[in-house]
Amino acid sequence: MRIELEKRARVSTLFSIISPLLALLLTLVFGAVMFWFLGKPPLGSLYVYFIEPLLEVWSLHELAVKAAPLILIAVGLSICYRSNNWNIGAEGQFTIGAITGSILPVLYPEWHSWAILPLMMIMGMIGGAAYAAIPALLKTRFNTNEILTSLMLVYIAGLFLDWLVRGPWRDPKGYNFPVTKSFQVEAVLPEILDSGRAHWAFIFALVAAVALWFMMRFMLKGFQVSVLGQSERAGRFAGFSARRMVWFSMLLSGALAGLAGISEVSGSIGHLQPAISPGYGFTAIIVAFLGRLNPLGIIASGLVLALTYLGGEAAQVALEISDKAARVFQGMLLFFVLSCDTLIHYRIRLVLAGNQTKEVKA
Amino acid sequence: MTLSEGPVAAPLLSVRGLTKLFGSFAACNAIDLDIAPGEIHALLGENGAGKSTLVKMLFGVLQPSAGQIVWQGQPVTIGSPGEARNLGVGMVFQHFSLFEALTVAENIALSLDPRISLSKISDEAATLSKAYGLPLDPKAHVADLSVGERQRIEIVRALLQNPKLIILDEPTSVLTPQEADRLFETLFKLKAEGRSVLYISHRLEEVRRICDRATVLRHGKVTGACDPKQETPASLARMMVGSDVAEVLRDGGAALGDIRIEVNNLSVTARTPFAVALKNVSMKVRAGEVLAIAGVAGNGQGELFDALSGEYPVAEDEAIRIRGKAVGRTGINGRRLLGAGFVPEERHGHAAVSAMALSDNLLLARSQSDKKAFLAGGAFSVIRFDAIRSATKRICEAMDVRKSGEDPQAGSLSGGNLQKFIVGRELDRQPSVLIVNQPTWGVDAGAASRIRQALIDLARSGSAVVVISQDLDEIFEVATNIAVISEGRLSEPHPAETLTLERIGLLMGGIHESQSIAENASGAEAAHAH
Repeated sequence: MRIELEKRARVSTLFSIISPLLALLLTLVFGAVMFWFLGKPPLGSLYVYFIEPLLEVWSLHELAVKAAPLILIAVGLSICYRSNNWNIGAEGQFTIGAITGSILPVLYPEWHSWAILPLMMIMGMIGGAAYAAIPALLKTRFNTNEILTSLMLVYIAGLFLDWLVRGPWRDPKGYNFPVTKSFQVEAVLPEILDSGRAHWAFIFALVAAVALWFMMRFMLKGFQVSVLGQSERAGRFAGFSARRMVWFSMLLSGALAGLAGISEVSGSIGHLQPAISPGYGFTAIIVAFLGRLNPLGIIASGLVLALTYLGGEAAQVALEISDKAARVFQGMLLFFVLSCDTLIHYRIRLVLAGNQTKEVKA
Repeated sequence: MTLSEGPVAAPLLSVRGLTKLFGSFAACNAIDLDIAPGEIHALLGENGAGKSTLVKMLFGVLQPSAGQIVWQGQPVTIGSPGEARNLGVGMVFQHFSLFEALTVAENIALSLDPRISLSKISDEAATLSKAYGLPLDPKAHVADLSVGERQRIEIVRALLQNPKLIILDEPTSVLTPQEADRLFETLFKLKAEGRSVLYISHRLEEVRRICDRATVLRHGKVTGACDPKQETPASLARMMVGSDVAEVLRDGGAALGDIRIEVNNLSVTARTPFAVALKNVSMKVRAGEVLAIAGVAGNGQGELFDALSGEYPVAEDEAIRIRGKAVGRTGINGRRLLGAGFVPEERHGHAAVSAMALSDNLLLARSQSDKKAFLAGGAFSVIRFDAIRSATKRICEAMDVRKSGEDPQAGSLSGGNLQKFIVGRELDRQPSVLIVNQPTWGVDAGAASRIRQALIDLARSGSAVVVISQDLDEIFEVATNIAVISEGRLSEPHPAETLTLERIGLLMGGIHESQSIAENASGAEAAHAH
């Protein structure tokens, strides 16, 4: 006996649409089972995790704060993945973007001008793009696997930030804590509304998502991305350059991750410190796939994944379970998204030996 | 069975109601087939008729959805190729499964019991290959062998298992006429020993020549069983296609115009270890001319197409001229802007992206050459879907592309219909130069004749056409002049009327076939004298 994945003759449109929702539902069911095993009331825990954070204005603001970097990074990654370039190192590009964007407020804390914020954002994007250029260069020059190089560069970026804030950039008046000086008020991204902490990064995320959706849907550039992603040879026949696409997609996703990094530091934290991200760059990979690599879908999936972060924090307090539960939820979600997508295209068949021949009439 | 003269002996293999479903699609639908001991039985059918699916079930690669296989009177289930071999079924696949870096003997050893020593295998292989007229050096590396020699390895590998039935899937599609003749002699020897051969082909002449009986498949069903020697190619074709195939019309002697594409001493080094280097290729094609380039697969056709299309530009700008302009270093879109059109060999993943709609696949080839019509918004290059859709419609109507729905995915079309679209996509531009690689490879006879007619008509309307093809029938149908490519070298062109199948065969064999060159020294020398 064996199990076969058999390609379906037709792909159901209905299930293609509801697949992410189905994945979400399965995650909730298995999440409930997990809570039950942990000895917590399953339904009550799910309520704390996924409903309570949506009931108050301040926590809706928190949701936007957490969703902003996820969406910004994920829309960039979606272009990468569509073009068959596997940038796994957005976390590192996020970190480097945060560092290069912070150069002005850290080194020139006395500079008070409206120009400082736009410059910080631009420098953050340049930093993220430059960091993504390393795997792009290695791939185009030496045919190196970008999955490995971009991933390894994440840890280098993290340690570099650690060294900076403990060493040269440490605030001398900071009681020896590994933090930089707090940014001057002109270097802090303003809040969108008076009612809470949500800041301009969320606007950046929405603009980026809509712009890239337009590009993918209506522009020749988006067409190039899809063609080269599906067949490099067909892309070459069309006269599109796969090398240039490596550069385009890596620099774009790097720049957006860098923008997410400096926005997070400038808008949410207000200074540099060793830990500036709860793994946004990795979670954004899940966001990208849950959003079906569609920039508009990513807005929705970014909000869902942001909710797992908020729920995780709430669950620590209310249910006294580890914040690792958020990671478990994210992992389950990715697993179910990918499984649902597979089962849309394939059906599972059990093949029992000896049942293939049908008796024929003599 | 509607067979008039049934097999005398009890059949070696009979198949009753064999069906294979892929999803809801029946690749084979209630097939009945009998193979007698010691006969060469042809399985005829167009691409997609279900021939390969049927033999894969007989060889245990695929499991039937319904039906029965009876081997020497016993109902059997063939669960794997191993079981098939144990029963006495051997198979030579269309696409060889050989490791190029290993020797002949090592490749054979891979399919045998690992306990048998390599030297014993070498000896047996050498004996067998001599006995059956399949000269083969067991110590040679596969990478150095011609396609015909590689096929011999597969045949010897199958023979080592002492099979009662040997299945050959399109064995001559990769052979020169001379190599094919040698293969036929081997098959007759096998037949004389009482072994049966199931011979899959869509080449009617061949089947009429060597096969005792034929079963014809169409759309997964048996549409006829006959003695091919009693049939004409036309009556066989009718069984295969279901209707008469339109004959390609040409009126010879159109006046040739100016030189449209010119290649001067083009040399290109091999891009990968197993690619073929082009050596001093030169040619001139005039307006109104169809230059056909014949050759056995893997002699540099793909590399020549890559260089001519500009997908891989060459170092020397002057080596290629399109309409008088040096374009060696120009990319494919620059050449398209000069009026050239290109049709590569591989439909899926090269000429078209299977998962994209036809209209997207139109934009694929024409995003730069038809920039004004298909793109708007200046630097933003916004795609004008309406214009592209109406052009897609126009092309499908002009080439009679049959499809389901207004704008289906390219992958959902049959090979013939997709190829008609891909050729039509270029013809729609009225290219002044058209380069086509294997225009009707794996395409049904109806679509093939339509495509060939379109190529002739294009030349007649004053364009220069280059057709790279392995199909000699096709070449004689369309060509004004014929050149032959062999090991990356291109022969002088010869007017089509002056060439015979025999001569081309010798040119195609190139220097690989030292034996046949020795036998036909004068012809071969003439061919290499350029």
